[in-house]
Amino acid sequence: MFVIYSPVEEIIEINPQIFLLKVFSPKIASIIKPGQFLNIRVTEGNYPLLRRPFSICDVEGDHLYLMFNIMGTGTSILAHKPIGTDLDILGPLGNGFNLEGDYDTAIIVAGGLGAAPFPFVTRKLKEKKNIFSFIGGRTEHDIITYNLNNVKESSDDGSRGYKGNVVDLLENHVEQFKNSKTKIFGCGPTAMLRSLKEFSLKYNFDCEVSTECAMACGFGICQGCPIESTQQQDSYLLVCKDGPIFNVKDVVI
Amino acid sequence: MSKVDLSVKIGTFTLRTPILLASGTVGYGNEISEFTDLNKLGGIVTKSLSLKSRKGNPPQRIVETPSGMLNAIGLANVGVEEFLKEKIPFLNKFDVPLICNIAASSFEEYVECTRILTKEETIKAFEINVSCPNVREGGLSFGNNLNSVGKITELVRSVTDKPLIIKLSPNVSYIAEFAKVAKQNGADAVSAINTLVGASFNIHTRKPKIQNITGGLSGPAIKPIAIAKVLEISRQVDIPIIGIGGIMDWKDVIEFMIAGSTAIQIGTLNFIDPTAPGKILKQLEDHCTKNGIDKISSLTGSYQL
Repeated sequence: MFVIYSPVEEIIEINPQIFLLKVFSPKIASIIKPGQFLNIRVTEGNYPLLRRPFSICDVEGDHLYLMFNIMGTGTSILAHKPIGTDLDILGPLGNGFNLEGDYDTAIIVAGGLGAAPFPFVTRKLKEKKNIFSFIGGRTEHDIITYNLNNVKESSDDGSRGYKGNVVDLLENHVEQFKNSKTKIFGCGPTAMLRSLKEFSLKYNFDCEVSTECAMACGFGICQGCPIESTQQQDSYLLVCKDGPIFNVKDVVI
Repeated sequence: MSKVDLSVKIGTFTLRTPILLASGTVGYGNEISEFTDLNKLGGIVTKSLSLKSRKGNPPQRIVETPSGMLNAIGLANVGVEEFLKEKIPFLNKFDVPLICNIAASSFEEYVECTRILTKEETIKAFEINVSCPNVREGGLSFGNNLNSVGKITELVRSVTDKPLIIKLSPNVSYIAEFAKVAKQNGADAVSAINTLVGASFNIHTRKPKIQNITGGLSGPAIKPIAIAKVLEISRQVDIPIIGIGGIMDWKDVIEFMIAGSTAIQIGTLNFIDPTAPGKILKQLEDHCTKNGIDKISSLTGSYQL
């Protein structure tokens, strides 16, 4: 991990709410793994003060892609960064998904902006594994399928795809995966991750999820992002340093 | 060799530079050492240690506020024994004075921690945290009470000959009174300030954003308060002050020194730019060179009121 200044090349609007930031950063591009994140300082001034964490969305040659929506002042500044401006990046941070291993089918499960890390996961896996993507959102506008393969969709209000939550949608298709060596990769709201954990334990699927927690530093010194471990009772794990990717068996969600 | 003398003295304790890294913002040194050359610093202050390990508060522990942040970590730490076994060997690799911060929930625990840790040669000084706002017992209640601060200082003093720094709470009416009591009971210095108690609500759920309800406010938002507290102590008590509170650049360091600080600690900034301490040091040196300041220590308390 290091601090690096890399120029913004393009800001791509995927839909009116979701943006992709394209950054030229060969040094990070050559080492970052799917599931890791970058902590970005959006301004040199004091407001907003803290960096903003973004999981790596995709890497193409020397270029990084970060996916975000406008949540507040920080992401608004980011969406309006002039092309060519240097972005103050701290990273790569955290541990990535473990994409290796003895499985032939990868199931991607994402809710809303939780789709962000999966274009890179898909890029790494598509030559080697069968990939199925189950993508949910509150409404049709929250469903992000950018650069994903074999997508099935769900929305809470039924405006697009299956009406209901994405883990129920996955469960409706569980028969097709029962006889293959399957690994699940998930990212999304806590409630979704919780039911994904229950689902994977019920059917005995190996499952890794990307977790989230408010944090100040992103590399372990502020101790701001604890997550309860299933193995040790007397101390927490840290989302930033021990995660953000965890096997669902290792953490209390 | 720099032409500017950056060293400062806290009692008999000479620091290479006035820049220290604040407790709770550098863990036990491992991560920050990847960004900043620790050997150039005046010292690093460990995360608060207690006798036994502490799990700390459940999430959410942190929330950003305008030009600041609230934290309620709850003194999560590995405890004295594991610190000595697991953390000291790494810190031993560096030539940087290690100041051990201690936070306890009873008088006896403060004494016991100090008694054990003072035997470790790597530890050059102690900073006693009488003012953490985020633990239920001890902490702030000690820091709010003159008699308690006096008694803790006296008891800890009796078990160590190493420099003793008392970290003061700003959540009091007259901080200078606390500095006075610390001095009377044998402290070599005070550090000021710890975080201010703050709270923040989610207006939709009407719940506090931090699980602990209140947290400690840090960052540039508190700098003017910290400067005022340092000045208050400096005008009333003859004791070295280590200034802390929202330092973001070299100019802030100079300001804290003018207001009466002998040294300073960088805290929240480490989270945002862990390479900052090294840069600030260089800029301080440049400032002194340009302005004909031979000894940086001459800045301390040089205010013109």
